[in-house]
Amino acid sequence: MSGVIAGEEVFRTESGRVLGALMRRYGDLDLAEDAFQDACLAALETWPRDGVPDSPGAWLTTVAANRALDRVRREARRLPKEVQALGLRADGVGAAVSPAADEELDLDGEPSVLQDDQLRLLFLCCHPALAEEAQVALTLRTVGGLTTPEIARAFLVPEPTMAQRLVRAKRKIALAGIPFRMPEPDELPERTAAVLHVVYLVFNEGYSATVSDTLVRTDLCDEALRLAALLAVLRPNDAEVAGLQALLVLHDARRRGRVTPDGRLVPLAEQDRTTWDGARIAYGVRLVEEALRTGPVGPYQLEAAIAAVHAEAATYDDTDWAQIVALYGLLEQATPGPLVRLNRAVAVSMRDGPAAGLVELDRLVAAGELPTHHRLPAARAHLLAELGRTEEAMAEYDRALALDASQPEQAYLREQRAALMPSRTPP
Amino acid sequence: MKYMLLIYSNPANWAALSEAQTKELMDDYFAFSQRINESGEFIAGDPLQGPDTATVVRVREGGRSVSDGPYVETKEHLAGYYLVDCESLDRALDLAAQIPDARFGGIEVRPLADFGQM
Repeated sequence: MSGVIAGEEVFRTESGRVLGALMRRYGDLDLAEDAFQDACLAALETWPRDGVPDSPGAWLTTVAANRALDRVRREARRLPKEVQALGLRADGVGAAVSPAADEELDLDGEPSVLQDDQLRLLFLCCHPALAEEAQVALTLRTVGGLTTPEIARAFLVPEPTMAQRLVRAKRKIALAGIPFRMPEPDELPERTAAVLHVVYLVFNEGYSATVSDTLVRTDLCDEALRLAALLAVLRPNDAEVAGLQALLVLHDARRRGRVTPDGRLVPLAEQDRTTWDGARIAYGVRLVEEALRTGPVGPYQLEAAIAAVHAEAATYDDTDWAQIVALYGLLEQATPGPLVRLNRAVAVSMRDGPAAGLVELDRLVAAGELPTHHRLPAARAHLLAELGRTEEAMAEYDRALALDASQPEQAYLREQRAALMPSRTPP
Repeated sequence: MKYMLLIYSNPANWAALSEAQTKELMDDYFAFSQRINESGEFIAGDPLQGPDTATVVRVREGGRSVSDGPYVETKEHLAGYYLVDCESLDRALDLAAQIPDARFGGIEVRPLADFGQM
């Protein structure tokens, strides 16, 4: 029976490769998915009997390709000649198929060909013509090999809603003619950024999950790591791809220190760094150093570099804050925005003291930035408290609590505010 | 595949331009039309008269109603269109990006419905 269990894991890992190959041949995602599903069902029947084949991917691709061909031939026999003459595929949907469709389906797979198909599939799923949530769902479904119920649970959305999202996305791909192809060299940076963004969204979704959430949510982090690693294999000379992989590895390496067993969030300053995975941190640091050497420098590399500086510090106070301030300065040039400035202000307060940090934060307030974000008043409150301005600090914590924060964050803010009570001077 | 490239434009953007800038944009339009004519992707294309020349017709149970003005009142209105035949959505998007009004307003790219698909 262990052969069958191993086989089921194989379905997930082979999903991207098989679907990519079928897309190259037929350019129809629905057809590809149905054929792949048939192949998996066939495997579940025959593998327990005959054993898992040496090359399960090739087996699945062969069977799926046969199923797809059967269906296309059946449909073609039904359709009038005129429709066929128009060059529409058998199901009548005119999705743009790349010129490679006429080639023999390369079943034993030159690795580079299989990789190109997977990359094309990733680019297809993350096409900017699709809504962001559709990109995420489609990527997890086709390349991630997750089932629709799994994806629905992961994003806390009813299953029919997620199913509809996928149906609509595939429909748009077919009807609007979103092509299955490698983007042109001048399109690559933008299109790669879209894929990286989707992977980052998946990771963030899983990372925000607390201990009380289901395991599937934490599995999202693993799935994002797997996608990032896959992308690094498919696009080996892309520094931003390496940067994202480094960033996710460095976050993941410190995951256990973030949350207490009872679900409380632990701020970075108080985390037990012995729970951090030192070997994984070293790996992440190597990745980002290599990425920065490859260049050009981009936001994911910079975020990874910041994470690396944190991850390598023995304690919060020992952290190289000057370097972090400098990195945030560079990040602001790459991706300007109030959250980056907020993080930089916090780093400035660590490097130069609370008064200096407060000056930076007050600039944000004066500019009317982040009016509904709890982190700004929370950061001000922290610095005000350090400066002994207790009443103002408590007022800022109140302001923060009134804004949108998660349960664990609210609990933390209330704790911090309560801790100030003894320092109040009597009226 | 056939696509409509629907050109949405705010006339205020054009009014703010100098004579030289306006001429440059008109030249860009001409050059674009030429290019897609040569490539064979051009099927049709026209500018439309302004929204104050528009009339909307609706037929409801009570009968036909006719009203003055565009269907939707917004700062940007449908100013023109191109009908093109090109390889895929990506090519259609590339073409749309070359349309001068893409720099101020926006171009909506929609595939033509195919009754074989419906």
